[in-house]
Amino acid sequence: MKAKMLTFTNQNSPVHRLTGATKLIVFAVWSVSAMITYDTRCLILMLLFSLVIFRISRVRFQDYAFVLYFILLFFLLNQLAIFIFSPLEGTRIYGTRHDLFHLAGRYTVTAEQLFYQFNIALKYAVVIPMALLFLLTTDPGEFASSLNRIGVHYKIAYSVSLALRYIPDIQRDYENIAFSAQARGIDISRKEKLPARLRNIVSILLPLILASIERISTAMELRGFGNGRKRTWYRGRPFTRSDYLALGMILAIAAGSTVVTFYDGSRFYSIF
Amino acid sequence: MSKVVIEFTDFSFTYRAQQEPTLRGITLSINEGEKVLIVGPSGSGKSTLAHCINGLIPFYYPGEMSGSLRIMGQEQSALSIAGLAEITGTVLQDPDGQFVGLTVGEDIAFVLENGAVPQLEMTERVEAAARAVDIHELLAASPQELSGGQKQKTMLAGVLVGNVDILLFDEPLASLDPYTGTKTIELIDRLQRETGKTAIIIEHRLEEVLHRPVDRIIVMKDGAIAGDLPAAELLSSSLLAEAGLREPLYLTALKYAGLVITPDMQPQHLDQLRMEGHADRLQQWMDSCAEEAEVLEPSPLLELKEVSFGYERDTEVLHRLSLTVNRGEMLAIAGRNGAGKSTVSKLICGIYRPSSGAILLNGRDISRDTIKERAEKIGFVTQNPNHMISKTLIYDEIALGLRLRGIPEDIIRGRVHEVLKVCGLHEFREWPVSALSYGQKKRVTIASILVLEPEVIILDEPTAGQDYRHYNEMMEFLRGLNSRGITVIMITHDMHLMLEYAQRTIVLADGKKLADDRPERILTDRAVVERANLKETSLFTLALKAGVGQPEELVRRFIAFDRRVRHR
Repeated sequence: MKAKMLTFTNQNSPVHRLTGATKLIVFAVWSVSAMITYDTRCLILMLLFSLVIFRISRVRFQDYAFVLYFILLFFLLNQLAIFIFSPLEGTRIYGTRHDLFHLAGRYTVTAEQLFYQFNIALKYAVVIPMALLFLLTTDPGEFASSLNRIGVHYKIAYSVSLALRYIPDIQRDYENIAFSAQARGIDISRKEKLPARLRNIVSILLPLILASIERISTAMELRGFGNGRKRTWYRGRPFTRSDYLALGMILAIAAGSTVVTFYDGSRFYSIF
Repeated sequence: MSKVVIEFTDFSFTYRAQQEPTLRGITLSINEGEKVLIVGPSGSGKSTLAHCINGLIPFYYPGEMSGSLRIMGQEQSALSIAGLAEITGTVLQDPDGQFVGLTVGEDIAFVLENGAVPQLEMTERVEAAARAVDIHELLAASPQELSGGQKQKTMLAGVLVGNVDILLFDEPLASLDPYTGTKTIELIDRLQRETGKTAIIIEHRLEEVLHRPVDRIIVMKDGAIAGDLPAAELLSSSLLAEAGLREPLYLTALKYAGLVITPDMQPQHLDQLRMEGHADRLQQWMDSCAEEAEVLEPSPLLELKEVSFGYERDTEVLHRLSLTVNRGEMLAIAGRNGAGKSTVSKLICGIYRPSSGAILLNGRDISRDTIKERAEKIGFVTQNPNHMISKTLIYDEIALGLRLRGIPEDIIRGRVHEVLKVCGLHEFREWPVSALSYGQKKRVTIASILVLEPEVIILDEPTAGQDYRHYNEMMEFLRGLNSRGITVIMITHDMHLMLEYAQRTIVLADGKKLADDRPERILTDRAVVERANLKETSLFTLALKAGVGQPEELVRRFIAFDRRVRHR
C-alpha cells in the first residue's frame, strides 16, 4: 500500500466540526482575499490567524508532510523563476530602487525585489494552511451533502462522492493491469515511450471505467436515485452556531483586508 | 390462498438490437412469502427475467415486450423504475459495483436518502437493518476495508432498509468463497423467514443454494421455462442434465452406485437424505472401482525456500514460506482473502522481491532475473481478462509479447497460428477481441501467454463466474495444456475445480503453509477447511453418513470415475 496522503481523519476538533460547506466557503473567500492583497500587514495578520486555526484543528504532521514538501519545492521553483524572468519587478512596482549587490549581467538584487518576493512568500504561507485544512478536515461523505445545501444540484453533489468512492477501485485495477503487463514482459514503467505507454494504459482502463460506470448507474437506479426532486443525506449536518460564526469571521477578515489594501489606492503596500 | 405478487402470462421479451427473443412465452406466478430458486445456464434468460422483475427492463435496457407481467397486481409497464424499486429490492452479483456509499452506513441509507426520508428516521432504520444482518459494528467502515461477505451483508441491509415486498438475488454467490457463500445462504434464509417477504434467488450453483430449503425451483433453458417444481422432484428428474446444470455431487455418487433417486428419499439436502437399506450399495460400488492413485515422479520445477515478504517494513505477509511445484503438475493454491495467495504469484513473477529466502526455477536461483526474463519461463493470467487485453485484434494481442521481443514477423506468424489452434481460437483469428465471449477472451489471454512458450503458467481464478459448461470447457482446455507438458498453477476458491483437476492443493493461511496434500484429503480435513474458508465436500459427508470405511478414498475414486464417465 502506498502511504496515505491527504485523507480525512476525524480528530473531532472545532475545525472538524464545521460543515463541509462552511469550510469550502471559508477556503474560497480566504484564498481570494490573500490573492488580492499585497499589503504586508494584512498578510502577516492573516498568517498568524491561519496558524492559530491550524493549531486548533490538531491535524497530524504525517498526514500532510508529503504534500507540504511538494508545495515547498514548487514554491522555491516559483521564487527562483520570478527572479530569473523579472529581477526588477519590485522596482517597477514600488517605483524606487535600492541596489544591494550585483550578481551578473542584468541580475542585481534590490531591496524592492526582496520585499516583493517576501510578499509572494507570505501569500503562499497564508493560503497553504487553509488549503491543507480544507482537505484534511472535510469528511468526504458529508461534503456532498453540504454542496447540496449551498445550492448545488444533488446529482452533481453526489458525483463528487461517487468519484471519491471509486478512485481506490480504479487504482487497484490499474495495479492489476500493470502487474499482468509486466509479467508478460511488457514494460510500462520506463523504456516504452511515454505517449505509447499512456495509450496502452488508457485503452485498457477506459473500457473498464465505462463498464463500471454502467454497473454503478444501474445499481443506483435500482435503488431509486434520481427519482425525486430532493433527497436527504444520511451524513448531512445542519449549520450550527459555529458555522455562522466562522462565516461571519471570514467575511469580516475579507472586508477588513480589502479596505486596508485599497485604502491608499494601490494593492501594494510599500515600505520605501 | 396467499396473494400472487409476480405473474408472468405468456410473456416474451426481445432486447433492442437483437433479432431473437431472449425470453419466450414465460408463464409463471410467484406467491407472497414464497422462496423460489431460478436456475439455468448462462444465456438461458435467467438474468433477463430478473431485470423484468426489478424494472431494469424496459427502463434501462429497452426492447420489445409481449404478453403480460403483473407485479403486486399492477402491469409492470404502467409502473416506473422508481415505483418498482419500492416493491423489489435487488442484490446484484458484484458487490463492488453496487456499493455506492463511502461507508457501510451511507450505502445502507442510499435508498432512504433517495426517498427523502428525514435524517433522524433514517439513522434509526439504518441501524436496525444493519443489526438484522449483523454488520452494525462496521457502519463507519469504507468498502476497501470490508471482506466480500461483509460487502454482501451491506447490500442485503441496503435492500431490507427500504421495506420492499420482494427480495431479488441475482447470483449472490458469484464472488464469494465457499464458506462465505454458505453463510450468505443461511442469512438469506433467516431473513426470509423472519420477515415473511417473497425471496427470489437466481443462481447456477444449485448445491450451495440448497444448503437451506427453497419452496420450488424454476429451471430456465433457452429463454423458456423448462421446469417449475419442488427441489426433491427436480433432483429426481433428468431436467438438470438436459439444461446443462450440475446436480449436487453426493447425488451423482449415489447414481454411480446404482441408486435411483426418488422424491421420497428427500434428495434436496444431505441431512434429510433417506438411504436406509442403500448405504451398503455405496460401499460395494467403491470396492468395485478400486484404482490406484496416479503417482507422479516428483521432479521439482519451481521452489520457494523460506520466502518472507512484507509490503511494509514491520508487517510480513509471508513468513518463511517453502513450497515446491513439480514439473508437469496441476497444482491448486487455496486460502482465504489476505492469506498471501496473490503475493506468492507476484513474488514468483518478480513484481516484488522477497525480503529473505530464495526462489528457484529448475534448481537455479532466479532472484536476480528481471521480470521480463522470468516472463519467458513463467506466465501469469489474471482473473479478469479485460485487465490483460490491450489490442483490438486477436492476432495482434497474441503476437504482442513476441513483437516486444523483436522476433521476426514470419516466425511470429507461425507461432501465433499454432497457439490459436491449441486454444481453439483459430477460426476467430481475424475477429476483434470485443466480439468474443468472456470465456473466449480468457482463452485469448492464455494464448497470449502460451505463445511465449513458458514452462509454467499461473492462473488466478480460471473459472470465476462461469457456468458448468464453460467451467468444463475451460478446465478441459487447461488439462489439455497440462498433458502437453506445461505445469499449471491455479489460485482458486473453487472446490470442484480443486477436487476434479488439481493433483495437489497447497493451502495458505496467514502467510504460512497450512496444508499441502491431495485435494480430497484437504477437503475432508475439518481443521484445514475451516481456516481456509473452504467447505467440506458433500461427498465426504455422504461417505460418513453411509458409514463407508475410508471416506477419503470414496472421494478420490468418485472423482476418477466421474472423469471417465464424462469423457466417454
